[in-house]
Amino acid sequence: MNASSLRTVLEGGRPVAGHRPWPRVIVTPELWIALSEGLAGGAWTLLGLWGESGMAHLAAHEPSTGTLGVASLPCPDGWFPSVGRLHPPAQRLERAIADLVGLQPVDAPDSRPWLDHGRWPVSHPLGLATPSIGALPPYPFLPVEGESLHQIPVGPVHAGIIEPGHFRFTANGEAVVRLEERLGYVHKGIESLLTGAALERAARLVGRVSGDSTVAYALAFARAVEAATETIVPDHAHWLRALLAELERLANHLGDIGAICNDAAFALMLAHCAVLRERVLRASAACFGHRLLMDCIVPGGVAADLPADSAKVLRALVAELRRRFPPLVELYDNTASLQDRTVGTGFVRPALIRQFGCGGTIGRAGGRAFDARRQPGYPPYDQLEFATPVLDESDVNARIWLRIHEVEQSLTLIERILERLPSGPVRGALNRPGQPCEGVALVEGFRGDVLVWLRLAADGTVVRCHPRDPSWFQWPLLEAAIENNIVADFPLCNKSFNCSYSGHDL
Amino acid sequence: MRKLLFQNLLRLPLTVAAPAPSEQALAELGAKLDQVARRRLGRSLAIREVDAGSCNGCELEIHALNNAFYDLERFGFHFVASPRHADVLLVTGPVTANMREALERTYAATPDPKWVVAVGDCGRDGGVFAGGYACVGGVAEVIPVDLHIPGCPPNPVQLLEGLLALLQVQ
Ligand code: SF4
Repeated sequence: MNASSLRTVLEGGRPVAGHRPWPRVIVTPELWIALSEGLAGGAWTLLGLWGESGMAHLAAHEPSTGTLGVASLPCPDGWFPSVGRLHPPAQRLERAIADLVGLQPVDAPDSRPWLDHGRWPVSHPLGLATPSIGALPPYPFLPVEGESLHQIPVGPVHAGIIEPGHFRFTANGEAVVRLEERLGYVHKGIESLLTGAALERAARLVGRVSGDSTVAYALAFARAVEAATETIVPDHAHWLRALLAELERLANHLGDIGAICNDAAFALMLAHCAVLRERVLRASAACFGHRLLMDCIVPGGVAADLPADSAKVLRALVAELRRRFPPLVELYDNTASLQDRTVGTGFVRPALIRQFGCGGTIGRAGGRAFDARRQPGYPPYDQLEFATPVLDESDVNARIWLRIHEVEQSLTLIERILERLPSGPVRGALNRPGQPCEGVALVEGFRGDVLVWLRLAADGTVVRCHPRDPSWFQWPLLEAAIENNIVADFPLCNKSFNCSYSGHDL
Repeated sequence: MRKLLFQNLLRLPLTVAAPAPSEQALAELGAKLDQVARRRLGRSLAIREVDAGSCNGCELEIHALNNAFYDLERFGFHFVASPRHADVLLVTGPVTANMREALERTYAATPDPKWVVAVGDCGRDGGVFAGGYACVGGVAEVIPVDLHIPGCPPNPVQLLEGLLALLQVQ
């Protein structure tokens, strides 16, 4: 355990003016190392690690006190003490910083490139952006030694309708002894596109970091902008935002429950869940004008008010789901052959989940109760009563049940929101910053907590924006989940995680 | 329980019962698709989906083509796991530099005759992601494209319309 609290350590740094709502402080290398040790000690959770020219930033959370903060280390010589050396969840983030910004994590345990596959015309696009030196040597996968081991390379193009990434399995007979992920294939350079963008374009871009989580990203971005500019959002907009967020959660969880069962060859569940998901998308289109709800949340509020008959449409949706979903849950519960595939499969040690600060259904199915709607919390959830379902089994079955509980919870939340939806304007005018300002926000998407940090120029354009997907802290655990499972169970494990490639690759 | 579900499934075929006009258009569209596909290829059409850098939004709507409302397979369309079995490549995303080679190789692995459909605003010209160091641009920058289905993302009906259009121009 840590002797000092996160607040005490952060108080040792020099506060940066105009960073809201949590403090950001400039720290010395000593404090940076103290922070790394605190993270490694387990008292704090790493929320994000990113860089810009000459500076590395680290966001951390202390669950026991709710303290949140950002520490920034000036790196005049182009390096910083590796956080990943002490705290493994930071390793891939550091590799991304080295690729994108060119800052080197000193003594990092893994110095291989991560997002840079040697295919870009530039090196360190967020740093000095020098012309690329060309192709990199072949990616050195981790060595494996032992008798009768064989390797199975999969991807980047996969067999299904899914995103691209490479998986290198090392198997002993049927059992997987190691999975190594190689990601970065869908790196779109979003952070570089965001630099210098006007707010409207930036909102559209951040809303497309991971299409399935467009509401969560748009909300996190809007909240960060509103924090930076000290803009007050009308009450009505807060409630509409929650409605959007719960519709997104509902659609994705329904899709996932069906898809996981389908990967255990139980297609019936997929067929039924896909119908329910489609009903959610149609109701979303009817009420908000877009099936996936893209561009509905904008800095300052939401883009448009609900059309007149929306409450009726949404109540009908909830009623339909309440009628159709329970029999499917019962079906899952009563199908022993399906549970035979899911129970005990893809187990992740809860200690690992806590260490990685793994959020979303994976975290809550493995005993970690974190839910950003509660802590740090944001309106209107602070005025809504809702339980946080948590399970301890941490296997595929638990991840399915967690989603089932959250579907039920979202239905209840949608009903409550409809009951209490206040009237009034849906959008407030953004304050013009007048001087550079910074904002940060943490929002609970269907996949877990989405972090957005940004700095705005005096004219309101984006100077630097870093969106961090929950998948950063989930992908590494998939490697742990599949260990000692059979190769044939990988799709099942993978789907039960449903990490985002696009959100991670940026 | 399962028996009851099967009965439900038989009693309520969503594709037929749904009353909205778009459903009718869909059914018509489907029948047309079926005829043209048979005339062109004398059999069903196999589609291989390739995500060349999308935000995954387009994938969600392509997935929806398989649900009971759109039920793509009733028209003889089906998604296949290998490009070697495919007639059509359905490509999404602002082809990223990191995916370029994989896309080229997938195209090369698809036997002739083949068609390429670029899906989404991104597939057309890079969409919101155009102009950066990490994206090549639209699909046509990398492989020959026969049809674009714009939208962000295009909805399932637009995707179906696009597939029909493809068959008509070929
Ligand atoms: S067109 Fe839109 S939905 Fe499709 S990949 Fe591009 S941003 Fe995502």
